Amino acid sequence: MLRRLITVLLLTALVGLGGCATTGGSNDPLEGYNRAMFGINDAVDKVIIKPVATGYKAVMPEFARTGVTNFFSNLGDVWIAINNILQGKIGDGVSDLGRFTINTTVGIVGLFDVASSAGLEKHNEDFGQTLGRWGMGSGAYVVLPFFGPSNVRDGFSRLLVDWHGDPLWYVRNIPTRNELIGVRVIDDRANLLDVSRLAEEAALDHYAYVRDAFLQRRRSLIYDGDPPPEPNPAKSSDAGAEPVARAAAKEPVALITNQWGERVTTAADEELTPAREFAGTGAKPVSAGKDAVVSGAVYEPKIPNNHEALLAISAGSREGFVQASLKP
Amino acid sequence: MMMKLFSALCFSLFAHAAAAQGLGPDALVKSITNEVIAIIKADKDIQAGHQKKINDLVDAKVLPHFNFSRMTALAVGRNWPKATPEQQKALTGEFRTLLVRTYSSALSAYKNQVIEFRPLRAAADTEVTVRTQVKQSGTEPISIDYSMEQTPNGWKVFDVVVGGVSLVTNYRETFNAEIRDGGIDGLVKSLASKNRSLENTQASSKSK
Repeated sequence: MLRRLITVLLLTALVGLGGCATTGGSNDPLEGYNRAMFGINDAVDKVIIKPVATGYKAVMPEFARTGVTNFFSNLGDVWIAINNILQGKIGDGVSDLGRFTINTTVGIVGLFDVASSAGLEKHNEDFGQTLGRWGMGSGAYVVLPFFGPSNVRDGFSRLLVDWHGDPLWYVRNIPTRNELIGVRVIDDRANLLDVSRLAEEAALDHYAYVRDAFLQRRRSLIYDGDPPPEPNPAKSSDAGAEPVARAAAKEPVALITNQWGERVTTAADEELTPAREFAGTGAKPVSAGKDAVVSGAVYEPKIPNNHEALLAISAGSREGFVQASLKP
Repeated sequence: MMMKLFSALCFSLFAHAAAAQGLGPDALVKSITNEVIAIIKADKDIQAGHQKKINDLVDAKVLPHFNFSRMTALAVGRNWPKATPEQQKALTGEFRTLLVRTYSSALSAYKNQVIEFRPLRAAADTEVTVRTQVKQSGTEPISIDYSMEQTPNGWKVFDVVVGGVSLVTNYRETFNAEIRDGGIDGLVKSLASKNRSLENTQASSKSK
């Protein structure tokens, strides 16, 4: 029931997206909704889940908690194996099945993670990662009710697909099933207490910090910790100090149409020069009729009043699809 | 006898100097990691979260090997060159305080996890990524990668990436937004007030 509700919400969000598919810096067009949902999740966490998890951690001896974590982790390995195989990583999939076999038997129904000690490393896979591996884009960042940070692709995967691979959902006895799921939620949360405290301490803006960490983390997971360098050269030009940025800086990196239908170019090296941007030459409006691919040409700047917004847009576009689609 | 003692002393001095200067990046990370872990394991106060002791440890052993101005530049991104040298200095100071606190806090969460060292990856002769892994029962190993650059004073860390998340560039969107709203000075102010509030919570939790 809850899941159906969330799916409907997600669909609504997706439909809403069609209208405003802008590319912000972090691909977060749903920021308004997301911040609200993040707030709700955070409040529920503070009032219920975190206190219970904290108590659980205080009461349970460490070895017992490790056993609980291992138990649920072991159940997850089969679905991880299937996803590894779906992604063509047969070796990893076989290793996951080996883990499951060893830990279920030698490790006494998974209470002990003997497979890790034997050299079979745990992996982190889910259907969202499989879709990502297959080349599907992530879509906008979405904060799901209860489940927290996600994106359109991973959210659907999680709510529609992943739970089919979760053995707990096949427990016939409903109260037992719910209890098990409850314990898992608390155990997961207890394991994250340190991390969540750190994130809260470290963040200037908790919402943005969690969002950006999630986006980086998912990207890393899809490539199993070895993501290729950001495909978008403009993205790396953001890093003022990186040498890559210098190399890429010479080329014009964005060509977009602003809200008045004017075509605008920006070049990365101009963005890096403060004086010019504040003088208003960072972005150059060019009359609409002209073919405005004008790398290097000097224009007399005619800056609209809200050139700040324009700059923001042009900066945003560098991250996104605009640049890719306009590549010569 | 005296001679032997003297030569041993010389050797140990020399070894210490070599440890600071001559080590390759991976050997440097390894020696610092092992040293810090050994200290944590031997010190009950640190395990109990004694903040002052942890800070001293980080100050003495870890910070000298970080390049904070590059870290700050990396976090601020395209707005960095727009800051005046004074603003850059202020930003670096505040960001350093914030990162150090986070790092110290993370250290106090250390619980006997095994840290493995993986082959290093070189982007260039003067820039490498030293890769390590933290192993824990029941979860996949979490990677901790250090981006390092060669400087006249030895190898320095300019980014720390935990599980694929850069502790430095993760701030960039937030910093951009802060600068958009309040300029560079606005960002400095936000960082300063964040640091102050952390200091206060730490102080109050200690007095409890």
